[in-house]
Amino acid sequence: MKNLSLKQITVGLTILVMLLIFPMVVTQIFPLQVMILVFMYAMLGVAWNIMGGYAGMFSFGQAAFFGIGAYTSSFLLMTFHVNPWIGLIAGGVVAALVAAAIGYPCSNLRGHYFAIASIAFAEIVRVHFNNWTLVNAAEGISLPMLDESFINFMFHNSKVPYYYIMLAFLIIALVVCYFVATSKMGYYFRAIKESHDVAEVLGVNVVRYRLIAIMISAFLSAMAGSFYAQYVLYIDPESVMLLAISVQIVLLSMLGGAGSVMGPVIGAAVLIPIAEVTRVCLGHKGTGVDMLIYGFLITIISVYQPQGVWGLLSRIGNRIK
Amino acid sequence: MPEQLLQQIVNGLLIGFMYSLIAIGLTLIWGVMNIVNFAHGEFLMIGMFTSFWLFSVYGLDPLFSIPICFLLLFLMGMFIYRFIVSKVMKGPMLAQLVVTFGISIFLSNLAVYLWTPDFRLIPPTILQGTWEFGELNLSIPKTIASIGSIITSVCLFLFLRKSKTGKAILATEMDREAALLMGINTERINSLSFGIGAALVGVAGAFLSTYYYIYPQVGGLFGLIAFSIVALGGFGSIEGAFIAGVLVGLAQTLGGFFFDPAYKYAIVFMIYLITIWIRPQGLLGW
Amino acid sequence: MNKAICLDVKGMTKWFGGLAANQDIDFFIEEGEIVSIIGPNGAGKSTLFNCITGFYKPNSGKVSFFGRDIYRMRADKICKLGIARTFQVVQVISDMTVLENVVTGALLRFSTIGPATDKALEILAFTGLIDKKSFLGTELTIADKKRLEVSMALATQPRLLMLDESMAGLTPVELRQIIDLIKKIRGQGMTLVIVEHVMEAVMEISDRVVVLNTGKKIMEGAPKEVCSSPEVIQAYLGDKYRVVC
Repeated sequence: MKNLSLKQITVGLTILVMLLIFPMVVTQIFPLQVMILVFMYAMLGVAWNIMGGYAGMFSFGQAAFFGIGAYTSSFLLMTFHVNPWIGLIAGGVVAALVAAAIGYPCSNLRGHYFAIASIAFAEIVRVHFNNWTLVNAAEGISLPMLDESFINFMFHNSKVPYYYIMLAFLIIALVVCYFVATSKMGYYFRAIKESHDVAEVLGVNVVRYRLIAIMISAFLSAMAGSFYAQYVLYIDPESVMLLAISVQIVLLSMLGGAGSVMGPVIGAAVLIPIAEVTRVCLGHKGTGVDMLIYGFLITIISVYQPQGVWGLLSRIGNRIK
Repeated sequence: MPEQLLQQIVNGLLIGFMYSLIAIGLTLIWGVMNIVNFAHGEFLMIGMFTSFWLFSVYGLDPLFSIPICFLLLFLMGMFIYRFIVSKVMKGPMLAQLVVTFGISIFLSNLAVYLWTPDFRLIPPTILQGTWEFGELNLSIPKTIASIGSIITSVCLFLFLRKSKTGKAILATEMDREAALLMGINTERINSLSFGIGAALVGVAGAFLSTYYYIYPQVGGLFGLIAFSIVALGGFGSIEGAFIAGVLVGLAQTLGGFFFDPAYKYAIVFMIYLITIWIRPQGLLGW
Repeated sequence: MNKAICLDVKGMTKWFGGLAANQDIDFFIEEGEIVSIIGPNGAGKSTLFNCITGFYKPNSGKVSFFGRDIYRMRADKICKLGIARTFQVVQVISDMTVLENVVTGALLRFSTIGPATDKALEILAFTGLIDKKSFLGTELTIADKKRLEVSMALATQPRLLMLDESMAGLTPVELRQIIDLIKKIRGQGMTLVIVEHVMEAVMEISDRVVVLNTGKKIMEGAPKEVCSSPEVIQAYLGDKYRVVC
């Protein structure tokens, strides 16, 4: 933790402590559920950030990895009674391998072309899962109910254990991202983001580093997917592989600040509560007002503050210095 | 069963010409200002709803609402470019990608808010039914739409090649800096191209509304298909997009026929990926 | 004393469609030399650079670097072997500071940030950019960007440095600075190949000059020799002129 100032560490620890005692203080279900979603989307955002914000590969298909993680662990549990924690690791591995397989032919794609390729890939995956009888196609998988325990990754009476598990996952993702950002890998990713020529002329094997970025991103996204499956106990392609999920991940990362470790966390912390609250208050009538506001916000942010909240804070921070 | 195959080919062509019209607007925008318009499908949707409401409220047959759709979407496109998109042109790539997503979400949900998510259909009007040629069925609305699409594409083609403004657009598409040096106001060209691109897909919407369900989310899938077509045809190439549209239409129906109908859209996306890997510049692109 | 042959190029040929951008080009560079490649616009100088350094795939030819075959090798591998280059349109990492840019280069030879940063600081002191180490890439002038690009290249600890038109667009003061920097780099034992249009610089620093025209090598030799050759003058100015140097 060499680069953090004392002030940053203090702030970080304070927030961490507040998060740890949150479920003991706030006992209503809804805020707890929102926080769990915030953590989950923050983790997805951090995962996206590694390949997008740092390495410049703007993926609009993260839901595919999220879904592959969810499906792998659920399928293994349902069919072979594999423990969900092992299934989670397996899901990560499968997602990483799929990521490498799709990432390799896309090694030369940048910007808009890569973005659309990621959408095309994710949609192909979704359509496939929608028709794949092995995983119950469109019907989806209802996870078998196991006895409540940590080992079984199943808790029937309260959501609080899920809260702490997701928080732990998020911290893992942040540690990975921090390590990437402050290591040789991080520098090389940022060079690749600038241009392939610059990276190559400095001796960077662009194809290899792009694959590494995609694989790390896929693994972490799949972990979040497995969590989601264990949390909600039912998954189908329309709920875990939707384009809208992928877009949301990009939007919150951009809102918070792509290319910074904490950016996606800030983005999730702002966007998810707004989305959930407006959905419950305004959206259930099907009026779409919540998404309307959402779309409007996104447009405004792209135009006026594309560096996101983190960029804004940095600017303010620089002025204060 | 050759008749069934032939029918699928005919269906593919009819869908294909529709796709062509949708795609040429997208490729024009892409070619001129290098921006992917993720809201393209929503422009289609607005065209469809415009035609629907003109029919429901004023009894105007969709074919006659085409000029109105054109004008409305043209103005809307120019407005969106001038006040939103132009401001991110110099910004980071991520902002450029996201801004049209934002517009897309805004427009589709505005439609949900104003008009509810219900599916609507324009009942058969002066053009309805099917022509039968032996074993072949040609849906009349689809055929008229295809003819309309071909006519509109030819008009665009002539406009770009023969008129002064059109040539300026082509010049900007080929080499922006050179166009600037020749005294072309590229900002105005951007704005015009965005408007024309939107107008074209608005017209496509009017045609589509004669036989397709009209609902706020209809733009999503068409938009995604349009990307595949533009890639296949070559980013920026109008002729390429036109040909590719027909090919994709054929691929969709024939793919569904030979493989599994459920996979027909997956096949379209596969086409994008394969094109971009093997021949990134597409069939006719540069 | 026989100097080692640093770079040996034989028969380099590169076609773009029907145009031969490089046609059967032969030349070699001895260790420690500064060789300039000159020629009118469109002669194929940057194409030659790109073919040698792995950014283009040539159609035929042979390239060896200190005896090692590098023909059509991948660009990053060539960099690892010890050839560094700059680009005609200067390329630096805009979101990073000057220091971070050079650290990225230094990371080729160091696996951790600490030692790479030490090396980067050393290089920045050498190239005179140390005072601007916290500037962002986007905040630099063209001259400083070019110097940064050279610093990044030096950070990869090359044995051969190839500079592509590093003097374009510079003021006389900036020009003098970069000429002095090149001399300083050579003073450290580096071999240099530079593509240049600025003739005074070429005359001042080159040991040898290679002249290209329409894809072919038309002459090579000492700077004075080349400059007064009628063929070279014709290539630049056409038939009607004679120049006295």
